[in-house]
Amino acid sequence: MAQHIVTSFEDDLQGLSRSIAEMGGRAEQIVEHSISALLNSDANLAYEVIEADKKVDAMHRQIEESAILVIARRQPMAQDLRETISAIRIASDLERIGDLGKNIAKRGLVIQNETFSQKVRVGVEHLSDLALAQVKKVLDAYAARDVEKARDVCAQDQEIDAVYTSLFRELLTYMMEDPRNITMCTHLLFCAKNIERIGDHATNIAETVFYLITGEQWVEPRQSSTRVEE
Amino acid sequence: MNAVVTQDLPEKVSIRDLRFYYGETLALKSVSVPLYRNRVTAFIGPSGCGKSTLLRVLNRIYQLYPKQRAEGQVMLDGKNILDAKEDVNSLRARVGMVFQKPTPFPMTIYENIAFGLRLYEKLSRSELDDRVEAALTRAAIWGEVKDKLQSSGLSLSGGQQQRLCIARTVAIRPEVVLLDEPCSALDPISTAKIEELIDELKSEYTIAIVTHNMQQAARASEFTAFMYLGEMVEFDETSKIFTAPRDKRTQDYITGRFG
Repeated sequence: MAQHIVTSFEDDLQGLSRSIAEMGGRAEQIVEHSISALLNSDANLAYEVIEADKKVDAMHRQIEESAILVIARRQPMAQDLRETISAIRIASDLERIGDLGKNIAKRGLVIQNETFSQKVRVGVEHLSDLALAQVKKVLDAYAARDVEKARDVCAQDQEIDAVYTSLFRELLTYMMEDPRNITMCTHLLFCAKNIERIGDHATNIAETVFYLITGEQWVEPRQSSTRVEE
Repeated sequence: MNAVVTQDLPEKVSIRDLRFYYGETLALKSVSVPLYRNRVTAFIGPSGCGKSTLLRVLNRIYQLYPKQRAEGQVMLDGKNILDAKEDVNSLRARVGMVFQKPTPFPMTIYENIAFGLRLYEKLSRSELDDRVEAALTRAAIWGEVKDKLQSSGLSLSGGQQQRLCIARTVAIRPEVVLLDEPCSALDPISTAKIEELIDELKSEYTIAIVTHNMQQAARASEFTAFMYLGEMVEFDETSKIFTAPRDKRTQDYITGRFG
């Protein structure tokens, strides 16, 4: 696309885009580390994650402020308007992703002395791999303004939901087997739910990227995903 | 030009294949665009793109100048106003125009309105008073001038003068109102008053507005036409034009990437 006549406007928009990319990288790392802190009972890493989330929260505020300033000063139109609005929306999804990661780290601290079965460990790893791949892919889609990639992310969310459901059943079985597992399993259940929601936020971002590029709102072809787990 | 959105709205004015010449120069190249009844249509585009020219065709004001001519069709309620048999005076009563700079007549505020009314209608003194008051009220300026109707129209501020001109235009109850950059010389408060006025007027009239102010076009109109170098590049709902235009030239213009 051609450059703006007003170069400082161009700088503003590029600044927003760069901040989103940076914030995305940080949020992604928080999730990665939080899972690792959880599975390896690594308290130091968990504290690092909790600290790192503060920076993500700060970036969220900063991006929002910059976007509001762009609206106030430039009155962006068309593509520029979509860039600005998308930045606000994506920043708030990334902020949630960071929070969910932080929450996983905190729960990791609570259950750091517990040992969990290989099966649960594999389940959590699998779930988080899927969610992280979605986050990574959607950030790539944003950076490259790649509408096909954004579509892929939307399509793949169901897989995460399926893995989450099976992990849910697994943990339920453990709790029924031995009530002493309940505390740990409840925390793990919340962690799994957090990871599943990280996937949902990645999908939200994908929808925003779709809107950013096409100017159309994403209409989900999704089947009934309103089903609530038993 | 891209395909015009199909609307179920009635077309008050249908411009079809309109070509306009300043001497040998072709200023409008086969322009087609509708003005929907009781809707505001904004015309945007860089200087010299032909949007003012288009407005000047709609009430044939261009005929005041030699060597200017229009070809094609401009259908007003199904009749081609470019037809030489159409009476220009009655056309201009039906299609009123407000210009960029306020153009009050050098007479009293009262006479500025009454002058046109007397030209077109036979009214008693009290009827005339009523119509003057109604027009000034309609143009949201009655409260400011009711105690000085005998002062000169030129004594008013720019924003007031412009609203006086709008009052003068609506006094004779036209069907179409053409606004050629009506706010370009006004402060934000006067501009807001005029936009409020446009919003009220559209329940009775069909309005076309030429503006260089993108935000104004976005705020005040339901449809927007983007013109460039005498061509109609894109015509669509305003909400579409300002969020996701189809043509790259439209996008470049409204986002300030032109040239």
